[in-house]
Amino acid sequence: MSATASAPRATAAPRAHSRRPSIAGIYVWELRKLRAQKRTYLGLGSAVVIPVIFVVSLMLQSGDVNDVPFGRYVRQTGLAIPPVLLLFSSIWLLPLIVSLVAGDIVANEDGNGTLKTILTRSVDRQQIWLAKMLAAFTYAVLALVLFAGVGLLLGGLRYGFHPLTSLSGTRIGAGRALALMGASLLAYLIPLCALAAIALLLSTVTRNSAAAVVGALMASLIMQLLGVISGLGFLKPYLLSTQFDAWQGLLREPADWAPIVRSAWVSACYGIPALLIGLTNFVRRDVTGG
Amino acid sequence: MSAVVHPIEARGLVKRYDHITAVDHVDLTVEAGTVYGYLGPNGAGKTTSLRMLLGLIRPDEGSARLFGRDPIEEGAAALEGVAGFVEAPRFYPYLSARRNLELMATLDGGDAGDRIDDALATVDLTEREDDKVKGYSHGMRQRLGIAAALLRDPRLLLLDEPTTGLDPAGMRDMRQLVRRLAADGITVMLSSHLMTEVEELCDRLAIVRSGRVIYEGGLTELLRSTGQRYRLRTTDDRRAAEVLAHQGGVGEVEQGEDGLSFAADEGIVAELSIALVESGVGLTALVPAAASLEDLFFELTEDAAEPSPSGSGSVGRTRPEARSSGGAAALGEQVRS
Repeated sequence: MSATASAPRATAAPRAHSRRPSIAGIYVWELRKLRAQKRTYLGLGSAVVIPVIFVVSLMLQSGDVNDVPFGRYVRQTGLAIPPVLLLFSSIWLLPLIVSLVAGDIVANEDGNGTLKTILTRSVDRQQIWLAKMLAAFTYAVLALVLFAGVGLLLGGLRYGFHPLTSLSGTRIGAGRALALMGASLLAYLIPLCALAAIALLLSTVTRNSAAAVVGALMASLIMQLLGVISGLGFLKPYLLSTQFDAWQGLLREPADWAPIVRSAWVSACYGIPALLIGLTNFVRRDVTGG
Repeated sequence: MSAVVHPIEARGLVKRYDHITAVDHVDLTVEAGTVYGYLGPNGAGKTTSLRMLLGLIRPDEGSARLFGRDPIEEGAAALEGVAGFVEAPRFYPYLSARRNLELMATLDGGDAGDRIDDALATVDLTEREDDKVKGYSHGMRQRLGIAAALLRDPRLLLLDEPTTGLDPAGMRDMRQLVRRLAADGITVMLSSHLMTEVEELCDRLAIVRSGRVIYEGGLTELLRSTGQRYRLRTTDDRRAAEVLAHQGGVGEVEQGEDGLSFAADEGIVAELSIALVESGVGLTALVPAAASLEDLFFELTEDAAEPSPSGSGSVGRTRPEARSSGGAAALGEQVRS
């Protein structure tokens, strides 16, 4: 350590109130932190690799994918690939990818002791937590766009961007189908963000990354399970897992908005309390880690 | 709360974990410009106290104010001009030192980013600024912790065991840095279990044991509290002991291989020296037997009985003029009373 270098000057007099950092600035740093962590690429890598495997398997095999909507069209147009991928991935893949980051983003800092480091700076706890929430949501968006985008790109390159047959049996031109695909992704994002909110809550409350990631995934899988038990059919419209199919309403003619609307409020019922509880816990908790 | 706004003012801080009281009615006042030692054995509640001061954990009772502002009530605004770390400073291991400081500067706002170069230079990390922190030694991380604190241009630094884990050269450098920062006008609160560190750096100190402050005051006053005891070496110790026995105001006479020791006021000692000479006893040494901080610390933290709950109110006002065979023991007695 330099004994001769001068320390930044400290004055005894109170300073003028310095400019406080914004949530936007903290959010950008949360993204930079994500960018520097391997875990981030594990999830995003899966979001890229799975569509590649799917398209390659379509190329290598000759059978149809008849048991899911749009399955029979996957070799007719690349536009049918993303919807099929979304149907398969909602069970565990995308919930897992999203939970990997949302379940880790608070607990990891707690475990590493960096939470105490950032909470002794000039930012309020709610700013930190909201920035983390935005970063987790951003990651969910990125993973979803990559997942659908890679499937669309490879499917289009292999099978072309021909018109898509809607769930009502009508033909939709490629341009409109792409726009509907974008809207479908937005609809898919609603329950995905609710799931991210649950993972974020678990990350905050459990202070344990593994518990939060597994917990959020288990919550998703349990809801999937509840949805297939015939005796519990009355629950199905209110399960978060059911809302992952709501986007299909946009690929009917005319569009069926009812499932989208239900998805919005059901997802809000899961997501908003999770966010509020998580934020409250984070603001009031004792930071003892590290 | 007094009208004067102190860098740190804590009143009646209590923190309980289940049935364990980690911090037990702690009162602290750290005045501007001082280097304040917070001394106690491991597990005494030092780090918990610091966490409460920084608003990281909520006290179950009492309050803490930094420059008159409560971090629990006012959040980050109360940390204006305050910096430091509790336990080991922690950083993002996958980011370089500079990137870590850039992040901290973003979280500090204002012109903190302009101080990164100076802060790195101050702690001698400029050449390693682009290395990821995961490759840093413990000492380098400690230094980076200081650099991160300096970004805030602090008026108050809270440092928790800053030299723990450092090699002797690192400890020396860290102490020099703390001394220099204090000379620059920064008030420093230094938590430590190292007596030599506190003795070397601090003007005032609090000694804590089992979550309680058992002494708060000036370091010099504490050390002087045993200055009423003297060591005496003469040409005839046997005769000197007889003189001591007949001298009023002298007590607790002990004779050892290295001469005599006794307790007395300064005025009595002057009279005694004359009496010894008049008795034909030659003096070879008559010196105050001041205990080291280490002696006092162990007496206070190990020998003294557990203070009663009602004693906490007077803890911070324990007077150093206690006199007995051990000043610290007397302090402990006052705590108990």
